[in-house]
Amino acid sequence: MKVAFTLNGATAAWDGLPTTRLAAALRDDLGLTGTKVGCDAGDCGACTVRLDGKQVCACLVAMGQVGGRAVETVEALANGSLDNLQKSFLAHGAAQCGICTPGMLMAARDLLSATPKPNRTEVEDALGGVLCRCTGYSKIVDAVMAATAPVEFVTAKSGAAVGARIPRLDGQAKVTGRDVFGADGIPVDALWIRVVRSPHASARFTLGDLSALRRRLVIVLTAKDVPFNGYGIYPDVKDQPVLADGIVRYRGEAVVALIGDRQTVLSIRDSEVPIAWTPLPPLLGIDAATAPDAPLVQADKPRNLLLDGGVRYGDATSAFAKCAAVAEGTFETAFVEHAYVEPEAGWARRVGDRIEIYATTQTPYMDRDEIASVMRLKPDAVRIVPTACGGGFGGKLDLSVQPLIAIAAWKLRRPVALVYTRPESMAASTKRHPARVKAKFGCDAGGKLVACDVTATFDTGAYASWGPTVANRVPVHAMGPYAMPNVRTWGEAFFTNGPPAGAFRGFGVPQAAIAHEAMMDELADKLGIDRLEFRHRNALRAGDTTACGQKLDHSAGLAQCLEALRPHWKKAQEEVAAFNAKDGIKRRGVGVGCMWYGIGNTSMSNPSRMRVGIAADGTLTLYSGALDIGQGSNTIMTQIAADALGLPAAQFRLVTGDTDLTADAGKTSASRQTFVSGKAAEKAGLDLRQQILRLANAGADATLLLDGTVLTVRDGAEVRTLDTAKIGPLLGEGTFDPPTTPLDKDGQGIPYATYAFAAQMAEVEVDIEFGTVKVLRIVAAHDVGKAINPTLVEGQIEGGIAQGLGLALMEEYLPGRTENLHDYLIPTIGDMPRIECILIEDREPLGPSGAKGIGEPALVPTAPAILGAVHQATGVRARRVPLLPHRLREAIVALKGTT
Amino acid sequence: MANYLRPHRLEEAIDALAKPHVVLAGGTDFYPARVGRTIDEDVLDISGIGALRGIAATPQGWRLGATTTWSELVAADLPPLFDGLKQAAREVGGRQIQNAGTLAGNLCNASPAADGVPPLLALDAEIEIAGPTGSRMVMLADFITGNRRTVLMPGELVVAIHVPSPAMEARSAFLKLGARRYLVISIVMAAATLEIAEGRIVRARVAVGACSAVAQRLPALEAALAGVALDASLGTQIEAGHLIPLTPIDDVRGSAGYRTDVALVLLRRLLQGFAA
Repeated sequence: MKVAFTLNGATAAWDGLPTTRLAAALRDDLGLTGTKVGCDAGDCGACTVRLDGKQVCACLVAMGQVGGRAVETVEALANGSLDNLQKSFLAHGAAQCGICTPGMLMAARDLLSATPKPNRTEVEDALGGVLCRCTGYSKIVDAVMAATAPVEFVTAKSGAAVGARIPRLDGQAKVTGRDVFGADGIPVDALWIRVVRSPHASARFTLGDLSALRRRLVIVLTAKDVPFNGYGIYPDVKDQPVLADGIVRYRGEAVVALIGDRQTVLSIRDSEVPIAWTPLPPLLGIDAATAPDAPLVQADKPRNLLLDGGVRYGDATSAFAKCAAVAEGTFETAFVEHAYVEPEAGWARRVGDRIEIYATTQTPYMDRDEIASVMRLKPDAVRIVPTACGGGFGGKLDLSVQPLIAIAAWKLRRPVALVYTRPESMAASTKRHPARVKAKFGCDAGGKLVACDVTATFDTGAYASWGPTVANRVPVHAMGPYAMPNVRTWGEAFFTNGPPAGAFRGFGVPQAAIAHEAMMDELADKLGIDRLEFRHRNALRAGDTTACGQKLDHSAGLAQCLEALRPHWKKAQEEVAAFNAKDGIKRRGVGVGCMWYGIGNTSMSNPSRMRVGIAADGTLTLYSGALDIGQGSNTIMTQIAADALGLPAAQFRLVTGDTDLTADAGKTSASRQTFVSGKAAEKAGLDLRQQILRLANAGADATLLLDGTVLTVRDGAEVRTLDTAKIGPLLGEGTFDPPTTPLDKDGQGIPYATYAFAAQMAEVEVDIEFGTVKVLRIVAAHDVGKAINPTLVEGQIEGGIAQGLGLALMEEYLPGRTENLHDYLIPTIGDMPRIECILIEDREPLGPSGAKGIGEPALVPTAPAILGAVHQATGVRARRVPLLPHRLREAIVALKGTT
Repeated sequence: MANYLRPHRLEEAIDALAKPHVVLAGGTDFYPARVGRTIDEDVLDISGIGALRGIAATPQGWRLGATTTWSELVAADLPPLFDGLKQAAREVGGRQIQNAGTLAGNLCNASPAADGVPPLLALDAEIEIAGPTGSRMVMLADFITGNRRTVLMPGELVVAIHVPSPAMEARSAFLKLGARRYLVISIVMAAATLEIAEGRIVRARVAVGACSAVAQRLPALEAALAGVALDASLGTQIEAGHLIPLTPIDDVRGSAGYRTDVALVLLRRLLQGFAA
């Protein structure tokens, strides 16, 4: 069907099936990939465009309905230069990963066309249909409210980039829709893959005769086509098959890959694929996995145990006898979905005897080595070219599309693409580990902590993924950020037939924090000590020794965080008391949560290498393998390198991620990029600076100026010029690996080189009759060492708070039941509280300009603070999260019954 | 290749339905049911039929065209009788869904949690259905027969929703409880229309959604409200026994017991809202 319509003000002609989605026509046929697809079901709003001036989801509009109408996409906003709304987004830091940004912009455009100066409620109402998983929405609301105000971008002079709120350097592409995500750059001649997945959590299967399918397709891949059919994070645990081989261990596991032209693969239903299933009773949950007669999920893993271990310090068992107050409790959490708005996507092509993979990822070098292992190639035969990453949060640390596109492209010598659907993304990908945390804490009569005993048991799902990382990290953190002479902590993870639980912002620490912070509240309450002051009394401080026996020499700013919260806390307590003095069905409460977080891998080497070069033509380039998944490392690395070198950040060109062009800067994970890769970037900048100073025979205080190929070095009164064309390309390099030591059997050693600390305060209003919780306000104080870019740091905190709020109140992944974004709920723009960020800068001498990390710390204290506030409001201590309305209501009723 | 028809006249649509077609209008239920697969069904797109669109006054009341969108309803100049339906319209998905989704689509999809059903039940709405042998009218209460089931016969199409004029001053309201703000499927919702004379309720129609396979009117409560003064005591009229028509279930959004519990609260608040 031929369709003539107006597209961004110009006439457009399109021809195709009339039921084609407008989103697909724009992206696949008209070349406008600024419109993003996050769900194809109207649940996420990423594909929001304007149709005859009204915002609609382009995934829900049939092309047959578009004839004669006017379509406006994000590509229409910038006309030569950025629209003021786009500038406002950039200046406010409203775009992080950028995948929701086009949808947000178009929804905002819809609002602003009728209401140029909207208030907060109007913005929320207009943008309520677009989900964002990165920003926590705060800066988006600010940007839209200020959309008609003149925008001034912060610029930083030479040597003043660190600490400056410069707009993200990769931001233009994000606010114009030009950024190329996993599904955006697929060659037109690429073949497509559709993966047939297990509908069963546990089953044996046999494949029937595939020849009929093979006639319709280019190729059908099964387990026997995979050269080495196992992958996994750890070199010695390659337990997850690329394609299942006769047995499936979770619902959503990949079984068969159909490869052909796109229409054909998408037209084949699962029922047409001859798979004979023998379903087995699935092992679901920790109790089932640890039952004495439990079958084994993986035959070679006795007791279904993946890993266990702990920390022993002092003598916790006997110390409880001496405590004036003891608190105990068990806390349970659910599978939580990352819900990045960009589903996994990418494509691969074979170039000679190398394979090139263009896909969304958080970890190019691990992908390279993993693909080499799966394909039995040498690592240098694999090139990973990361696309822009539309959110990761740990979920894109594992392989997704990469092995199948690589194997198919290798065999067929043609480009092959795979784009997950939303339900597929949710069913196939890793989750946050469900945890059962059993905690017992005791303190003396003066409120000083004496002992704790914590056992954290995790459901690690069907395959190991990052389970060992969780089980290792949690015992180190499970006592909380407090000085304590007697500690026993234990972490253990068990296989089940749940989805593989992997890395998710915090690696198990958010689950443990719910427990230790509840204990702090209860001990404080027992002794009649203010909850914040109790924490302040026990806060780890510089000079203290941790339960691992590590003396913290520097940068332990929890006490400062709590001191910064104190005036807000006191005021909020008074306001809450005044509010609650009135009768009513709404009760308010205020809570506080603290955390600490070791930056980088636990007791394992995790080096980063960065390079800064000046080419003969004068081009200044940062070669960064540190992937920016929205958090802002492209900008942070440049700011650090710029000041180390002594040239303005604005002069840098960026080459990122490509394993052929950059060095290994590790994974974007463990809140490590600013600290580890940032330090490497600083060293690389300094190295290049030293080379220039030597060439100019200048002293350490000399200033640099780069103009074209002329590099001017000013050393006091001496001015020397270098011609980059003559001195040839210069390359500075820096490497940093945070100093740690292995932990012994009692968990003694140096697991991390530095720790971030934070305290957040939450004020909530509970509707007693409904059991609903509205978070009104959060004040977040974070010791980040040094905020390299305060706007980006705030963005991390606000986004972390949104995910913490989801963890506490609404998010629960149930395989087969919440595999979409309308049954699985993440916070919308209307769920977010007012957020105030307080940045504490207790300098870490090892870090670049004193900086540590913020990615995961942002999320950890939020749920504890909210749950503490709910307890103050209602008397209910949440033992199970998410604290869904019916759970809270039932607990309130039960509490009334017992008193 | 599958058939796709987008007629401009109702008769053409009815003719087309002589063969089975999936009906497409706003697309807000059609496309989510077809994620990640090609569309190979025969499709009748009714969005181009002018006669199905728009809101008009009739001698008996109002006619809401089948493909009227939620946004068009909100923007329409209608008496306070429609306040509840408009409140529901603002709670359907986000603005994108409200701009595309249609009233009749919401009814035909027949979800137990359809936001439009309780307020239209409280408006005593009637459904105009066209078919090969002419048209017929069915009360909304009889139109939806179960979870995802209606009385529509093969070859039939919903043409309009008719709302009768009340005999006297009438007001309506709607409340929805969900686990988040925006884009949320109801845990429970309630709607009421009150016909009022001299400060007293003459006639009440009350409906609750998401607490049974099909949203239900509550006749006992409606009877109890007749003759009651429209004041702050309105909320005290509700008793647990009024909820007997409801058969809530446990699901991911809430337990059955919770639904019953909050349905009472929601109804009380809804009625108190009339006195405010």
